[in-house]
Amino acid sequence: MKDKVLMQGNQAVAEGALAAGVKFCAGYPITPSTEVIEILAKKLPSHGGRFIQMEDELASIGAIIGASAAGKKSITATSGPGFSLMQENLGYAAMVEVPIVIYNAQRVGPSTGGATKPHQADIMQTKWGSHGDSPRIALMPGSVKEAYEITIKAFNFSEKYMVPVVILMDELLAHMRESVIIPKKEELEVINRRTDVAPQAEYLPYRMDETGIPVLPPLGGGYRYNISGMIHGENGIPDLSPETIDACVRRINSKLDKYYDDIVIVENEKNESAKIALFVFGSTTRPAKGAIKKAKKAGIEVELIRPITIWPFPEKEVREVAERMDKIIVAEMNLGQTAGLVRQAIEGKAEVVQLNRVDSGHISVDDLYHKILEISS
Amino acid sequence: MSKLDKYLRTDQMPHFACPGCTHGTAWAAMIRSIEQLGLDKNKTVMVCAIGCAGRLPVYLDFPSIRTPHGRALSYATGVKLANPDLNVIVFMGDGDASAIGGNHLIHTARRNLDITAIVATNEIYGMTGGQYAPTTEGGRFASTAPFGMIENQLDVCKLVEGAGASFVGRGDVYHVRELKDLIASAITHKGFSLVEVFTTCPTHFGRRNNMKKPSVLVEHLKNLTVSKKQAEKMTEEEVAGKLLRGILLKEERPEYVETYDRLAGFKEEGESV
Repeated sequence: MKDKVLMQGNQAVAEGALAAGVKFCAGYPITPSTEVIEILAKKLPSHGGRFIQMEDELASIGAIIGASAAGKKSITATSGPGFSLMQENLGYAAMVEVPIVIYNAQRVGPSTGGATKPHQADIMQTKWGSHGDSPRIALMPGSVKEAYEITIKAFNFSEKYMVPVVILMDELLAHMRESVIIPKKEELEVINRRTDVAPQAEYLPYRMDETGIPVLPPLGGGYRYNISGMIHGENGIPDLSPETIDACVRRINSKLDKYYDDIVIVENEKNESAKIALFVFGSTTRPAKGAIKKAKKAGIEVELIRPITIWPFPEKEVREVAERMDKIIVAEMNLGQTAGLVRQAIEGKAEVVQLNRVDSGHISVDDLYHKILEISS
Repeated sequence: MSKLDKYLRTDQMPHFACPGCTHGTAWAAMIRSIEQLGLDKNKTVMVCAIGCAGRLPVYLDFPSIRTPHGRALSYATGVKLANPDLNVIVFMGDGDASAIGGNHLIHTARRNLDITAIVATNEIYGMTGGQYAPTTEGGRFASTAPFGMIENQLDVCKLVEGAGASFVGRGDVYHVRELKDLIASAITHKGFSLVEVFTTCPTHFGRRNNMKKPSVLVEHLKNLTVSKKQAEKMTEEEVAGKLLRGILLKEERPEYVETYDRLAGFKEEGESV
């Protein structure tokens, strides 16, 4: 592959996955994500992997969890309606701590909504769509180039922390084309899950060492243990004693806490003269930078805070910004999903001003610029 | 101590099954077939989901994965495609396999992936307390069929045959010796194989259908099925209402992974062209 390639967002995800060492993809066609499975269907066999088109999204995610349990890095690609169908299995992957990567190209919702148009309204579903409390990581790239890098990151996080990772893009970014400089293989950081375990006689799949992350050797790779979505203790065997339930639920939900600084990625250029911050993500990244430039010309200083990691939510970073600001504009293509998270994080330290666009148009430079003018006067 | 102890997680005993339940008989037949074939425990992955039948792997000393309800075959598909060298055996109840997991059953059969599915049919949802299943015979009673089963009974074997399975067998827990060989043939078969095993649930099916005594239910099964061989000597009238036992279908057809790897030019990473 040439160093510089004109690429579509979906293509960047597929190529990023291959660079990260994906060996299995199962998917079900759905606009606007389908290019990912088309590309992987073609390319996986020559990269030592296999692809299968499943009968629905429940099967797609089931198959990738199975393949990952058998030791192969696995991905599925989908959009809103398919992502809804995946929720039970997503919670399962989080519960049994088998790493998977799910790519969700968000489209207009609710329900069938609009397949070829963007929304950013699956943020809450990503974290809370499955029953029960369970952990995940969700990443939102802001450009095609970033989609490539973040996809590799998604696999790395998933393998390192034994947790499902969701790549949240939107239709706009999924189908946008821009040139991407592909890093050389040796420049990439690719992390594989641990396989260093005690001999079978002493091995317990969910006994934690100091990392707090389980080591699960491939099913069929010589170790005999049980993976179960039922509450389980260290041995992986169902156990519904109150102590085990408490320990299991608390452990899986706190295991990422000590890795917060590694996982949470935000773009935030500090601007000491700014009293207004702009909180945006995904395809709104570029318009936000344009609006900040335009405001500067008009004599208004605005600081950008852009979460790339949306789950866990970057509370610490957002709070730090809020402490220096009077107002934070939260601009999103939904009716205020992250505005609520921002309010919760900043505890009244600044005023939250919402800019919500749900007509399927992108949030433009002018949308943001006018909002900045409106609240600064 | 039993001869089969080496295949069991004996520290998990006693098991949870009700007195008189015959799922264990089906399980034991499966383990005996594994013993007969001399399958490597480390290379044989057990997949199951939810329900009484779905609890099996907990008691078996194999690599095992217990999935959400109905999803066992989709997980098994991923395991097999990730590592085709493994034996993948899926043990499911009838509701798990044919109701909530029905779509996966159809399509796994259609693909002819080299997986063995064993479906324990007891015509009832036992774990949740006796609701009717797609496999419940017309007129039978269940907690959700207080006036009798209205829906048509699903024939799991016909379903997967229609879907394109290359091996279909049926057995029951009365004819237990046949069962071991039947499951062994299914495991040996290259391609998707399904064995439907009629089992009994005295607690929930028997109690509601005048067959409370476990032995009466087993007797009922004995009379319900007839071997393919016997049936050939019987008149049409005599066979009517009976379920055929034995290998119902066995055809050599291209297996999914073999075909995929050949057409796609699959090679393991690092493997030269």
